[in-house]
Amino acid sequence: MKTNRSRRFLTLLTALLALSMFAAACGGSESATGTATSECGTDNAVVKGDKVTDLSVAVVAPSDSQDLAFTQSMIDSLTRLGIEPQVTDGTFQVEVAADAIRGYAEDGINVIIVHGTQYGGSLAEIAPDFPETSFIWGTATSTQGIANIFAYYPEAQQGGYVNGWIASELTGGGAIGVVGPVEAGDAVAYINGFKAGAEANGVSNVAVTYTGSFSDVALATEAAEALVTVGVEALTGTSQSAVGAVNVADENGIPWFGTQSNQEAWSTDQVVASQVYHWEVILDDMFEMIEEGTLGGEAMSLTLENGGLLVEINGCFNLDSDIESGAQDIIKKIIAGDINPPA
Amino acid sequence: MSEFFTLSVLIATFASAVRLAVPYLLAALGETIGQRSGVLNLGVDGVMLLSAFGAYYTVIETGSHLLGVGVGLLIGLFMGVVYAVVTVHLHAKQGISGIGIFLFGLGFSDLLSQELVGAIQPIKKLPSLAKLPFVGGIFEPLEDIKYIGELLFSHNLMTYVAFALVPIVTWMMNRTTFGLNIKAVGENPQAADSLGVSVERTRFFAILIGNTLAGLAGATLSLQLGVFQQNLTNGLGFIAVALVYFGAWRAKWVMAGAMLYGLVTATRLQWQARDIIPNSASDLAAMTPALITILALVLLAKRVRGPAALTKPFTRH
Repeated sequence: MKTNRSRRFLTLLTALLALSMFAAACGGSESATGTATSECGTDNAVVKGDKVTDLSVAVVAPSDSQDLAFTQSMIDSLTRLGIEPQVTDGTFQVEVAADAIRGYAEDGINVIIVHGTQYGGSLAEIAPDFPETSFIWGTATSTQGIANIFAYYPEAQQGGYVNGWIASELTGGGAIGVVGPVEAGDAVAYINGFKAGAEANGVSNVAVTYTGSFSDVALATEAAEALVTVGVEALTGTSQSAVGAVNVADENGIPWFGTQSNQEAWSTDQVVASQVYHWEVILDDMFEMIEEGTLGGEAMSLTLENGGLLVEINGCFNLDSDIESGAQDIIKKIIAGDINPPA
Repeated sequence: MSEFFTLSVLIATFASAVRLAVPYLLAALGETIGQRSGVLNLGVDGVMLLSAFGAYYTVIETGSHLLGVGVGLLIGLFMGVVYAVVTVHLHAKQGISGIGIFLFGLGFSDLLSQELVGAIQPIKKLPSLAKLPFVGGIFEPLEDIKYIGELLFSHNLMTYVAFALVPIVTWMMNRTTFGLNIKAVGENPQAADSLGVSVERTRFFAILIGNTLAGLAGATLSLQLGVFQQNLTNGLGFIAVALVYFGAWRAKWVMAGAMLYGLVTATRLQWQARDIIPNSASDLAAMTPALITILALVLLAKRVRGPAALTKPFTRH
């Protein structure tokens, strides 16, 4: 009897322990939703996950697949899903991209990820010719009414707002600079969100420069130099040309905030945080739908809430824990809808 | 607006213009020499890309900027040999050959970058004069002089090399037998040939010099920015070709064009940073340097005449 009772007690204790661990785990992930802090000195290389689909996948993207920005965010996401896609990158010229898209479709690839807003016009012509192929296109909020196109876009203003808020905490209201590429797509959403986050926390001067190019590193470098002469105390920027601006931030000891991919590798000392696109969150759903026979017709977005957007904080920067927890509060408010950053 | 017209901001803008102008200047000077000999090279951008990657990768492997610049020069020289053989000896169409060189440079530099480097990694930029090993101490007090220091002594060595090349090229073209031969074969190769000037050899060496300078421009670009990425030049080589027309095939006017291009770009970036130009007009502002260049070309087109034998292959009859 005693043995039974103690066994029952042990069982109850184990159950309670398991329950408390589960609750703690849930609580931990909830408080950490939307953020992650890297361990300083560790390799942040993306780990290949278990393969989620047997569909053949190809990617057509404008910049280099290792740009630590827009294109790499997609390649990294596919790697996390265990997929090794065929890749045609560096297709800044839309005609070249169009040729690649059509070529993959003719080769019988199941899913073609068309990673660039600018390819939309070409895709509208190509997709109807290949009704058995699924095209995943972004960043775009609409499928253009074509049945075999999925659209995707990041609510980049959300992470932008968080980055802007952290930047304003670091500068204490001092001026902040933004090196933007072209006033379009997720770049403008990120920058608007960043500006709103900084201004909401007392920064009156957020100087924004658009270079007019996604790829001109020299222009991004000189734009950042110009912002330094304005006296900015923190910098951010978007697109693959941002590496030039990160160099300027690094030279001048100015904190940098990244977006699209984790940009710690560009400056372990000055990169504070990066908003990272985890496309796998929506791609996984899309692949499932494709396998079930739905080849398109839906637009999906990355948000802080669905885990598609993650603000990754650089462990080497030693961000003040109060600021980090403050950022997590901001994220909770965005998820709850109490803060709606402008796109 | 008044904030812009302070001495410190004007000097920062001018320093930025100089940094932007240097790769254009080097490439355009090289193209000037080539075109004066009658050879158009539209492959400048491709040569620059190959040299930019070569220099960048050399610095990653060795940490030496000097070696990086050397490798950039050698790549330019090698591409010059290729282009000279194709256009001068094999008489291939210059326009098409140049485009071929450009496309090869664009693709091959990217391939090498992906295979040898992978993810973009920044490197140490070219140091300013004051930070040069051994001789830096001489320039340190000069760089500290208020305003003047930033304006004149804050740049890297390649900047001074580029501007020093302007009088050197001018002197070479006007005062040396080789320079006069270049101009002669670019104007009237048959006449030059009848006077005993080897048109093929003259053009060959003019192309070598031109491509070597394009290589130097590419190396300077990647080492000045401290990075290489796909299509780093972003069409810079083509603008350099346009600047040769802008400068009426004369080194000092080519320099003026490169500086104008740099100054307009630097000014619009400074104005955007100071909200003098609203962001809504940023796309228009981005076009300004190109618009000014086109306008200048239109105005100059009727007033200046290029080398008469430009793009025309030479065959001895």
